[in-house]
Formats: sequence, structure tokens, C-alpha cells
Amino acid sequence: MCGIVGLFLKKEDLRPRLGDMLADMLITMSDRGPDSAGIAIYGDQGDGHKITVQSDTPDTAFDGLDTALGDRLGAPVTMKTNDTHAVLTVPAEALEATGAFLEARGLRIMGVGEAMEIYKETGLPRDVATRFGLRAMGGSHGIGHTRMATESAVTTLGAHPFSTDADQCLVHNGSLSNHNTMRRVLAQKGFAPKTENDTEVAACYISSRIAEGANLGEALSGTLEDLDGFFTFVMGTKTGFGVVRDPIACKPAVMAETDDYVAFGSEYRAFAGLPGIDSARVWEPEPATVYFWER
Amino acid sequence: MIATVQAVSDVQILDMEQIELREVNATLQRAPSTNYTQFEILNTRGSHAIAVGLDAEIEVIVKGSTGYYCAGMNQRATVHVTGSVGPGVAENMMSGTVIVDGDASQYAGATAHGGLLVIKGNASSRCGISMKGIDIVVHGNIGHMSAFMAQKGNLVVLGDAGDALGDSLYEARLFVRGSVKSLGADCIEKEMRAEHLDILADLLARAGADAKPQDFKRYGSARKLYHFNVDHADAY
Repeated sequence: MCGIVGLFLKKEDLRPRLGDMLADMLITMSDRGPDSAGIAIYGDQGDGHKITVQSDTPDTAFDGLDTALGDRLGAPVTMKTNDTHAVLTVPAEALEATGAFLEARGLRIMGVGEAMEIYKETGLPRDVATRFGLRAMGGSHGIGHTRMATESAVTTLGAHPFSTDADQCLVHNGSLSNHNTMRRVLAQKGFAPKTENDTEVAACYISSRIAEGANLGEALSGTLEDLDGFFTFVMGTKTGFGVVRDPIACKPAVMAETDDYVAFGSEYRAFAGLPGIDSARVWEPEPATVYFWER
Repeated sequence: MIATVQAVSDVQILDMEQIELREVNATLQRAPSTNYTQFEILNTRGSHAIAVGLDAEIEVIVKGSTGYYCAGMNQRATVHVTGSVGPGVAENMMSGTVIVDGDASQYAGATAHGGLLVIKGNASSRCGISMKGIDIVVHGNIGHMSAFMAQKGNLVVLGDAGDALGDSLYEARLFVRGSVKSLGADCIEKEMRAEHLDILADLLARAGADAKPQDFKRYGSARKLYHFNVDHADAY
């Protein structure tokens, strides 16, 4: 089991409420996944690229990190710390050097992007949402996951969402059976997964397809051909939001759409607090069918 | 007695904003020892296992949408959901009636032995899986692997059926008015005889479905999987 939630806003005026709505959806899915929780949130775009990093010892790891990184890059760096996570904003051309610098300091890179920030930790979804102040976060769209681990250990890095390229993130309910074979294929393409987790393999697969020129819909269609196992995937990109279920479709999924938003939930319960849900179009996504929205 | 339950005329209102699910179901289950025969459940918010294990001739209206296993194991009661239902509605129903105004998620009516399940919207995959005597009428479409290993009862679909309808079917009758994407192993189209038109007319009337029996096709078991075929020994 696992729980997935997603919210893609169609109107600007709801942006300040994105985190609040996502938090309710996420917490409702706690009994589907009490091990860990995470969210990817697509917020305001600044002048540079955002890198979300995590540390188990944030007090020491983040102390002076922005200054040290700025000195190394010879460029302005801003840092926003949030519990065990910090979001560093650096110039686009400094991304590669920044990644090497951060990894050398033992920091875990959660994700990179112009709009996307990722926050994930082990623990109950309510506690994870509280420690990161999810309710106060605004943005255009976001994806969340509550995890009940099956394929790999309960760790921060094993939590979802997985981000394997800029502004891309994936959450998954299910388990893949050909992920070890795919690991080798993807490593040859330059998209080697960093963890033992099967979902990260799917994220790498989708990122590799997008890097080859596929759009979000085409990349998600590819999962039906190339990935074996059970999956309901929800994917975020800088401007898009997509959903696909495997052909057997035993992992639950429900969607809702109004003039204001598109929402995804593992169960209808996740929608119960959304504005206008009583008059929303609510449907179960068809198996082996890709749904995606781009703004 | 339950202080939080308020009576409005003859209908007992069970508001899930005020009463826990366990108390809602306990109230319905002890209905035979009270004078109440009609209930309304409010503020369901997609909760699981609403109105399960009932065993009395009572009427329950569930206002809104529900999660997993609504009206599971029902006997004799009529449960009417005004929204949509999650997986496993009326699972293992023995008798009574369950009506869903919206859609049903996967395995609606699974393993049920009797009663009538009416879904006015669509039902998704595995509708009527392993059904053992229930009658199911779906006004819309049904998903893949529906009536898988169905043993007894009737599945009526006014819309279309997905892939692998009636795979490994035993003796249930399947009636579909629209298209069938594909038939499962050992499921074939069969002749619609007068007795089947009568059964269908009765089910459509009971389900409030405006459709003509002669517009349907009947599907059933070819009965070729009942016995081991020695010519297939090499396949094992």
C-alpha cells in the first residue's frame, strides 16, 4: 500500500492555498502509508536554480553553507533552511559545481529545479507536514506521497517523491519487478539510480525519455511498455502534471476536476476537504491510459 | 441509548461529523431491536466500511461518496448511496438491495451470494468477480476482468464491457448491451432465449433501467475449462 495525492491548480488565486490543501490531502492518506511522507511543490521561480538538500545534522551542516558555496562558486547564493532541508538558489551555470560541492560535504540532494522544492522524511505524514510547514507553502502544483515500504528500507532517501532531473518528480503506489534490469539500461544512458528503490528506477526511466525528446505524455506511455509490475504513477514537471496506471490497475486511483483544479488521490477521502468537490467531475482513471495537463 | 443520534420524523439521522463509524454501523446493526426502519448517513467524506454487516429489512440512505467496502456483507437491507463508492461495494452481499447513484470502483459485488446491486454510473475493473448468485445491473460501462470466475447470478451492463469479460467463467449469466472489448478465456456469446429475455426484463425493471431486453447479447461459459484436457498436458 501507499498513498498518493496531487493537486494542479488552474487559477492563480488558489496558489497561496496550495500547501494547505495538499497537507489535508496528505494527512488523510496516513493509514495508507505511515512510514514516511514527502511532497514536491512547484512554487515561485526566482533568478536561479533551486537545489533542495537534506541533512540528518542540519544545525552543523547548514551553518555557513551558503557563504562557503558562494565563495567556491564566486557567485551569489541564497539559502532557505527548513528543518532537515535547505533550499539553495544558485545561478544556472553553477549547478554542476554546486552538486559536486554539496555531495562532497555529505549532503543529500533531494531535487533540483527552477520551480520545484522537495521535502521528505520518515515519520507520520502529519508530523512531516508540520515540521516542514507545508500548510504555509504556495505554488502552482504539488504532489505528495505517504509510504508503506515494500521494496526498500524506511529511510529519508527511500521516501517519495523521487526527482531524477530538473523540475521532475515522481510518486508511485505499487512495486516494479524489472527494476534491476532497467537499472543497467538506465545507467548506460546516464540516468543511474542512486538508491535501491524501485520507484527511483521509474523516475530515471521517465527522465531519460524526456531527455531524449519525449513530452510528459509520451514518457508516461513508455512506462506501460518498458516497466513491469504494479504501478500508479503521478508525475510533476515544471509546467505539467501527469498520471498513469498499469494495465491491471489494482492500485486504487481517483481524480477530480473543477474549473479551479485537477486533483489526484489514492482514495476519494483525500478530496473530501477540497473546495467545490461536491460539484466536481470525479472519475477513476482508466488502466493503461495516460492523463496529463500542461499549463 | 445514544445521545448523539437525533430523530427527525421517522428517519434516524446518523451524522458522521458527530458519530464515529463504529457507532454508525452498530446503530444500523441493532435496528431490529428498535422501531426505526429508515436511516440517513451524512458527511461520509469517503469513509470506509459504511453500512456493513446489516441484517434487517431497513432502508439506509448514504448521502455522499464512500470508500472501500460500503454495504459489505449486506443481508435484507436496502442501502442507497447518493454519490460514488470505492472498491468492494456490496462485497459478499447475501440478500437485499444496494443502489449507487454514481460510479463504483473496482470489484463491485465481489463474491456476493444474493441480492441486487444497481450502479447507475460506471463500474471499473473486476465488477462481479467470483459472484456467487448476486444480480448486478450497471447502467454505464464496466472495466476489465469483470465477472472473472463468476459462478452464479446475473451481470447486466447497459454500456460497454472492458477486456477479458467473464474469464474462467462458471455458470453466471452476462448480458451486455454495448460493445465487449474482449472476452476472457472460456467465455462465449450465447443464444438469447425467451427465458433469458424474461430474466433480463425483470432485472431491468427492478433496477429502474430504461432499456429493451432484445438489445442485449448474452455471454456465458463454453464449459471447456471444467475438465482437464489431456491434449494440453504439454502445456504444464
